[in-house]
Amino acid sequence: MNFVSSLLEALESLTSNKVRTALTMLGIVIGVGAVIAMLAIGNGTEQAIVGEIEGIGTNLLFVMTNREDVTNPEPLTIRDAEAIADPIFAPAVSAAAPVIQGQAELTAGGNVATTGLVGVTEEYKVVQNVELSEGEFFTGTQITGLASAVILGTNVAEDLFGRSDGLIGETVRVSGQPFRVVGILKKEGGSEFGNSPDDQILVPLTTAQTRLMPRNVKNQVDLIYVSAIDADSVKQAEDQISLILRERHKIKLGEDDFNIISQEMFLDMASTVTGVFTVFLGGVAGISLLVGGIGIMNIMLVSVTERTKEIGLRKAVGAKKKDILTQFLIESSLLSVIGGIIGIILGWLLSLGIGRIAAASDFILDPAITINSVLLATLFSAAVGLFFGIYPANRASQLEPIEALRSE
Amino acid sequence: MTEWVVEANDITKVYQMGEIEVHALRGLSVNIAPGEIVSIMGPSGSGKSTLMNILGCLDRPTSGDYSLNGESVATLNDDQLAEIRNRGVGFVFQSFNLLPRATALANVELPMRYAVLNGRNRKQVAKEALEAVGLGDRIRHRPNELSGGQMQRVAIARALVNNPAIIMADEPTGNLDTTSGEEIMTLLKNLNKDRGTTLIIVTHDPEIAELTDRVISIRDGRIAE
Repeated sequence: MNFVSSLLEALESLTSNKVRTALTMLGIVIGVGAVIAMLAIGNGTEQAIVGEIEGIGTNLLFVMTNREDVTNPEPLTIRDAEAIADPIFAPAVSAAAPVIQGQAELTAGGNVATTGLVGVTEEYKVVQNVELSEGEFFTGTQITGLASAVILGTNVAEDLFGRSDGLIGETVRVSGQPFRVVGILKKEGGSEFGNSPDDQILVPLTTAQTRLMPRNVKNQVDLIYVSAIDADSVKQAEDQISLILRERHKIKLGEDDFNIISQEMFLDMASTVTGVFTVFLGGVAGISLLVGGIGIMNIMLVSVTERTKEIGLRKAVGAKKKDILTQFLIESSLLSVIGGIIGIILGWLLSLGIGRIAAASDFILDPAITINSVLLATLFSAAVGLFFGIYPANRASQLEPIEALRSE
Repeated sequence: MTEWVVEANDITKVYQMGEIEVHALRGLSVNIAPGEIVSIMGPSGSGKSTLMNILGCLDRPTSGDYSLNGESVATLNDDQLAEIRNRGVGFVFQSFNLLPRATALANVELPMRYAVLNGRNRKQVAKEALEAVGLGDRIRHRPNELSGGQMQRVAIARALVNNPAIIMADEPTGNLDTTSGEEIMTLLKNLNKDRGTTLIIVTHDPEIAELTDRVISIRDGRIAE
């Protein structure tokens, strides 16, 4: 019995009970659709997060105090940052920007806002690629002179003044002390990490240390941003920073009292997290595909029972076990493959829709349907059809012709 | 060609029904010559259906030897039996057993689909078989558009297409009115005359049996003398 005629026969048999066929297929359609959409969302999320991290700059390193493994760590200071920036001992480092971070309450014209506050030096502009929509970044004099100058993030400006331009020279009270606005940060847009520069203010590091967020140790900083001279030198820079800090902190043995984190580590961490996320979403969707497969098995079993007499007749006129087996397997595979194709289309529409919704709520998520996920869904649905078709088909092929013919 | 188309020696068939053994056939021998028209008669429970199943290669005897067309079939496996049925036996059933969704033509084509050798143009052969049973103008009709007599003709055409050595007809007129029944019997007899196909008819009806060359009466799994 050739394949094309078997296929036609199977199609004919499926179209003879359209409602049942459609309902059976629906299980697979929903299953495959869900798998496709969920994988697309997972991949989209991963890409969004990776993009976000890459936006930090591929040659950026973070140096911070190691409080977990060391009981009494020596805090990082401005002097450490200066040593790291030394071109002789750390030729792979192009700049080091020490910062201190905290929260501050701002008031202006009767409006109050609580924001993230970052105390910065001139290097911060270079290392973080700071761009201003108006005004100028802090000058060296402002930083050494403990100037009461502030640069506002756009959201902060909106909250305080209801606008984000023409604010240079305005006065803002930071923790009750008057500061003069010298610049407004360029709007960055949505950030998945929540601490977008749009919601922050920058002040000179010295001002922050002495007047806003005093630290225990003189010149203490919370974090040093270091940029390597290029992306390939990140590893070298890390080694050089490590050497310098060990020397300065007098560490000969044991754990360092500082951590150096590169963007690569963030990327690894993020991919692990989003990978788990994607697998989880895909797995949940996979369960619905499995349920769809059980639906196929169920309906094929009903179909075998209904068609016992037909099977008996086919056997009487010479159909072998294999012929009957093939006939029913083709039917169940056809159900799942057609359902799978419709499901792929549904999943695609679904992920487009979700992408739109995400875009509308200012979350940049571009659901990515990959060839892999389409292949996976197609293969999986065909396998589901075959797997759940085997039992009914086998049952059909095992029927004794005499008994089958006698059944009514 | 051997002398006999059907050659069954000392056939027994035992069914296991739970703990009870049912002896459906108890050492039955029957020979049928090519071109013969034979009827098998007997009360229900006599074993005539069992005999038909064995002669039609739908079932295997428990013991004894059976050769169809000179080929011993008693020990063949399921698939080999299917092949023998496909080319050696044509079935005509009381309830026609046509595929309800398929056209007359497709129904007749069915045995050829399972044939090992795909003959020349299957549609052509099927069409000729339908013409031979007088349904040349009904090839696109589905079973529910045909009368009982017409459905049985389609079934006969289906039995013919692979040119089998024997046609097994199980109460072929049982579901038909007298006129259609007579027409079917005439058709079967004509086919036997034209093609020399051996005809085995299982029936309750003495009038049908009278139309055949020989009547084999069965009682309690044996041939009744």
